[in-house]
Amino acid sequence: MKLTRRDALTYSAGAIAMALVGLRGVSAHAGTEETGTAVSGFTGGVEPQSGMITLKAPEIAENGNTVPVSISVDSPMTADDYVESVAIFAEGNPNPEVVVFNFTPLSGEAAATTRMRLAKTQNVVAVAKTSTGKVFMDKREVKVTIGGCGG
Amino acid sequence: MFSRRDFLQWAAVVAATTGYAGGLTRVAAQQRLTQDDLLKFDAKGSVTLLHFTDVHAQLKPVYFRPPSENYGVGAFEGIPPHLVGKAFLKHFGIPEGSPLAYAHTMDDYVNLARTYGKLGGLDRTATLVKAIRAERGEDNVLFLDGGDTWQGSYSSLKSNGQDMLECMKLLKPDAMVGHWEFTFGEDRVLEMIDEMGYPFLASNIFDNEWDEPVFEHTAFYERGGHKVAVIGQAMPYTPIANPRWMIPNWSFGIRPDVLQANVDAARAQGADIVVLLSHNGFDVDQKLPSVVSGIDVILTGHTHDAVPEAIRIGKTLVLSSGSHGKYLGRVDLDVRNGEVVDYNSTLIPVFADVITPDAEMSAKIDAVRAPYEAECTRVIAKTEGLLYRRGNFNGTWDDLICEGLISERDAQLSFSPGFRWGTTLLPGQDITIDDLYNQTSMNYPSVYRLEFSGSQIKDILEDVCDNLFNKDPFFQQGGDMVRVGGMAYTCAPKENIGSRISNMTLLETGEPIEASSNYVVAGWASVNEDVEGPAVYDLMENYISGLGVIDPQPNDAVKVIGM
Repeated sequence: MKLTRRDALTYSAGAIAMALVGLRGVSAHAGTEETGTAVSGFTGGVEPQSGMITLKAPEIAENGNTVPVSISVDSPMTADDYVESVAIFAEGNPNPEVVVFNFTPLSGEAAATTRMRLAKTQNVVAVAKTSTGKVFMDKREVKVTIGGCGG
Repeated sequence: MFSRRDFLQWAAVVAATTGYAGGLTRVAAQQRLTQDDLLKFDAKGSVTLLHFTDVHAQLKPVYFRPPSENYGVGAFEGIPPHLVGKAFLKHFGIPEGSPLAYAHTMDDYVNLARTYGKLGGLDRTATLVKAIRAERGEDNVLFLDGGDTWQGSYSSLKSNGQDMLECMKLLKPDAMVGHWEFTFGEDRVLEMIDEMGYPFLASNIFDNEWDEPVFEHTAFYERGGHKVAVIGQAMPYTPIANPRWMIPNWSFGIRPDVLQANVDAARAQGADIVVLLSHNGFDVDQKLPSVVSGIDVILTGHTHDAVPEAIRIGKTLVLSSGSHGKYLGRVDLDVRNGEVVDYNSTLIPVFADVITPDAEMSAKIDAVRAPYEAECTRVIAKTEGLLYRRGNFNGTWDDLICEGLISERDAQLSFSPGFRWGTTLLPGQDITIDDLYNQTSMNYPSVYRLEFSGSQIKDILEDVCDNLFNKDPFFQQGGDMVRVGGMAYTCAPKENIGSRISNMTLLETGEPIEASSNYVVAGWASVNEDVEGPAVYDLMENYISGLGVIDPQPNDAVKVIGM
C-alpha cells in the first residue's frame, strides 16, 4: 500500500464507496421466503390473484432512500364490494412489511402513494384485500444502482 | 414506399469515382464530393423534420472515430446500432473506403480521416439547415435539437454554456430536450431556457415535492399544412448517471404511461403527426413503440449511435442522428388523412471541407470563442498515435487518463467514466487545451482517492456493466463501461448482474484482486456531493504536458467472452 500521510489527509469522503453501502453482499434482508410468509399473514392464507391492483414504481430508483411508489385498485368501492386494505412489502429490506393502507367505501377510491427506502435492487409487492374476501397482488422489481457513468 | 436507393447512390458513385480511398489525395476526394451531393435527397410529402443531437458543445469540425465495440444483448444483438466496421458497411450496403464508410465506421479510420477530413462544425450545419429550409420552405421544416448541446468543451465550461446558447439561437431550433444541460444546475438551466426563445420540452420531468410537470411536454406546429405535435423526453436516468444534487427538486424516469397520455392528448387536440424528440437512447427507443402507441417518428439521441436511415418499428420510425455535429438527420413525411403514407430519411454527414461555412454562424462562433481562443489553442503535448474515446470497454484517450490518475494521485487502480462524448486526435497531431477539455469538460471534475475492497471493486464493475448490458433496454443508462487502469478483468456481457465480471487482476503484481483486500483507487466524475480532489483537467494537463509526447499502446486488459 502506498498511502502516504499527505494522501491520507486529502482522503476524500464519499464518492462511490458511500453509494455502495447496501448493495449485494448485505445479508440481513428479508428474502422471498420471509416475504411470502408476511404476505400470507396479511391475506390470512388466501392465495393472491393477479390483476385489479396496479403498483407503480420507477424501473431504477433515483434515490434508494426515498423511492416513490403508488398503488391503485380497480374496485367499485361500494358498501357491498370495496377494498379493505392494501399492504406493500419489500423483499430486500430487513423487514418485508413496509406499510398498510386501510380503506372504507367512503374512501371513494383505493389509491395511495408513499415513499420507501430500498437498500438494494429488489421486488416490491403490493397486496389488496377486498370486503368480498378476494386478494390481488402486483409486483415490480426496482433497481438500486450506484450510477454515475452516463453518456 | 421507402427505398434507400437515393441515399446509397451518391455514396456508391463517390466511392466508384474515387476508387479505393487509401490511394487518393485529400484534394481529389474533396473535388469528387460536393455540398450538392450531400444535400441530394428524394423529398417526400410536405413535412421535413431535421434532427441535430448530442453536439456536446463542438462548435468547430472534429475527428470522431466510431467504436470498434458496440455490443447489443438480448433482442438487440447484431442489429443496428450494434454493428461496427465491415459488418456495419455490409448491412447498409456502404462501399469500403467511401465517405459514408469513413463517417460511420472505424474501418481504415486514420487513412480515411486524412482523405476526407473533419466532420461537423456548427457553421457547416447552419449552411445545410438554411439550404433545406430554402428548398422546402420555412413553413414545411421543423428543426429539432435533441440535447447534450451545452456541455463538452473548454469554452462551454468557462462561459457556463453561454457560447452554445448564443450559437444555437442563431440556428433557431423549434424545440430542444436535455441531459448534460442539467449538470449546469437547476437555476442556470431555467435561466438559459428563458433566454433561448424556443421551447425546452420534457414529458418525463416532475418536481419531487408535488409530482407536477416541471416543463412543457408538448409543442404544436403548423407545417406543410399539417398539425405536428412534438413531445420532449429528457434523459430518463439523469439523476442517476449524473449528480442528483445538481437538480435536487426534479425527478425523471422513462414514464411510459405519462408519455402515452401525452401522445393521446396531442391526437385529441388534432395532431396529424406526433414526433417524440427523445434523449432516451437508441435501444430504449427501439423498445418504446411496443409500450407506447401513436408516435409517428422518434428522433433519438443520447447513445451517440449514427444509423444512416430511419428504422421502422411497427408504425413508428426511429432516427438516431449520431453526435458531435457529425450529422444532420432528415426525415420527410407524406401525410394523408392523418396517416404517414410515405417517407424518406437520411443522416447527412457534415463533411467540413466540402460545405461552405455559413458566414453569420462562423462569425458568431469566433466571437463566442474569442475570450478563450488563446488558451484553447495552447499546445500541451503531441500524440504519436490515435487518441479516441468511444468503445464499450476502453479507448486510448481513457487509457491515458487512467494512467494519469494512477500516476498523479499515487493510486494502484483508477476508474474513468464510460462517457461517449469526446473527440479524436490523429497520429502526429498536437494536443491542445481544447482537446483536453473535449474529454474532461464538466461541472463535477474532482479526482477522488479512496480505498476500495476487492469485493467493492467487483460490485462497481458489475453494477456499471448491468447499466450497459441489461437485456431490458429500459434498464440501460446509455453510457459505456467504466474504464479501468492498473487492473485487468474478463467480461461476459450476456450473463446477469453478479456473473459478468471475473479474473480481476492487479497488473502491478499480476496477482488476483482479492475480495477482502483493500486497494487505493483514483477516479473522477463521482456523482456524490462534496467530493474532494483536484479537477481532472488540471491533473491531466500536468500529466500530459509532463510526458510531452504521447505514445498510445494497444490495451488488452479487458477480455470479452461469449459475444
